[in-house]
Amino acid sequence: MSKAFLRKNFTRINKERGPAMKTESSTIEKTDIYDVKIIREDFPILKKLIHGKPLCYLDNAATSQKPQVVVDALDNFYLSQNANVHRGVHHLSEVSSKAFEDARIKIKEFVNASSEKEIIFTHGTTEAINLVAYSFGRKNINAGDEIIISHMEHHSNIVPWQILCEEKKAKLKVIPVNDDGEIIFEEYEKLITEKTKEEYEKLITEKTKLVAVVYISNSLGTINPVERIIQTAHKHDIPVLLDGAQAISHAEIDVQKLDCDFLAFSGHKIYGPTGIGVLYGKENLLDEMPPFLGGGDMIAKVTFEHTTYNELPYKFEAGTSNIAGAIGLGAAIDYVKKIGQSSIAKHEQKLLHYATDLIKEIKGLKIIGTAKQKCSIISFVVENIHPHDIGTFLDYEGIAIRTGHHCTQPLMHRFNVPATSRASFAMYNTIEEIEIFIQSLKKVIGEFS
Amino acid sequence: MDAELKELYQQVILDHNKSPRNLGKLEHANHSAEGYNPLCGDKVNIYIEMENDIVKDISFQSSGCAISRASASLMSSALKGKTHEEAEKIFNQFHNLIIGKLDEEKSFEELGKLAVFSGIKDFPSRAKCATLPWHTMINALGKGDEKFKTE
Repeated sequence: MSKAFLRKNFTRINKERGPAMKTESSTIEKTDIYDVKIIREDFPILKKLIHGKPLCYLDNAATSQKPQVVVDALDNFYLSQNANVHRGVHHLSEVSSKAFEDARIKIKEFVNASSEKEIIFTHGTTEAINLVAYSFGRKNINAGDEIIISHMEHHSNIVPWQILCEEKKAKLKVIPVNDDGEIIFEEYEKLITEKTKEEYEKLITEKTKLVAVVYISNSLGTINPVERIIQTAHKHDIPVLLDGAQAISHAEIDVQKLDCDFLAFSGHKIYGPTGIGVLYGKENLLDEMPPFLGGGDMIAKVTFEHTTYNELPYKFEAGTSNIAGAIGLGAAIDYVKKIGQSSIAKHEQKLLHYATDLIKEIKGLKIIGTAKQKCSIISFVVENIHPHDIGTFLDYEGIAIRTGHHCTQPLMHRFNVPATSRASFAMYNTIEEIEIFIQSLKKVIGEFS
Repeated sequence: MDAELKELYQQVILDHNKSPRNLGKLEHANHSAEGYNPLCGDKVNIYIEMENDIVKDISFQSSGCAISRASASLMSSALKGKTHEEAEKIFNQFHNLIIGKLDEEKSFEELGKLAVFSGIKDFPSRAKCATLPWHTMINALGKGDEKFKTE
């Protein structure tokens, strides 16, 4: 039975039986006024006390908290919809398949892909990037070819390419960043089109097979000029993969407008569950790519002599997917849309500017990452106090920040720091929380001086 | 400061962090090792000058938190004049202290100043900060010169 047939029939089933999924029970109605207090009511965990103090959760770049509607969607799935998708003829399998495919449609609309076929469920950003490296990369990258990344990549957008380059004897080239933590665009252009000799230019453009860059840096908050990066690459017919792990919750991403070839992101950074992520890929590229993992669900027909593969997106979804996770991500996206992406971004920018103004007044503190275009992430170092000590002290004030290298060791080397402290703000953070954070930070510095 | 936090960051630890003893590279070292914690990026170098199986001199260089710096500083003070075997014994006691398995008062007495690290047992995420210099020291003693990564 073809997927198209199933999809058609799900619509019919849905009409007959009514909506399979419980509709969201959020207390929020979309209004012009952004009321952070009301939003906080939707996130039960924010009421928690940590070491006797109200939780002040500023580790959103690592993972965001989950609204009740997302937890409800997971609950609802396991309590009343659970069955494996795409295989069963029984009622629950039809219900879960419908809910799973509905989630895919929500994601397709959220990033404005042209078809559901372009939305592949993965475990997260890391698996999505690995999928491209192993499938697209192995097919298209050969000895002497080059892959361009930037100096501010997360390890998950470095290591898969390194493994590939090692296997294929290809070369990884790195776009440098300036002292503010911005990509040096001229250097990027040079990497692609170095014009010393005509012959050389030809060689270099033919050698570069992929550009893989982060949209928003998880360590610095830098928003990269991805539109320009893509345009430049496309002038030379080089496809571009965007690591959208941070960007997905801070920027409105329109893959058609951006014209990116691949976009990878995770559900848990956008208020959804962990263990679910997405690879968007242009259909023509995905079509030509060999499967990544072999197994069930990704096949059309299997014999011991030969196997033919399923159509997109299932060709890349071997094994049972994180069905509940996908449905939970769908609920998270509904929630974000309801609050409004531009309202969230505006609120986060307000928090970023307020916090930046206060934090830069602290003596001995240096912000790492001062790009003109930034999202709500502040990385910093304090003279003579290691980030881990700051992190432990703040924890006792109920404040959760991240300390360490944030999986960006080459970037830490670039700024000559072993680690940073990082505060990152989300839709539910408040001005009051930033004030508590700054006061507590000053207190920690006092203890160590 | 919170009581539990005070247990972790005792005054002695804060003092040793601020003014570490035996900091710097030891010119006459005949044993050395580098320790690295890939999780947090902490790095420590231990230099030891052994003479007739006795730690004649010991020093360290580190880039890490207050706990790891103070641990290296206090360790270097504690080990001077000790034999290889004694150093290993203190290491074992210290390790047990960190993981909360040292409860005999006698052992506490033997550890002396090092007992200030007893608060770490309530902070499992920080245990490696304290033990990195020690593992590195053992490595330096045993194998002469090599890199060590925390488990």
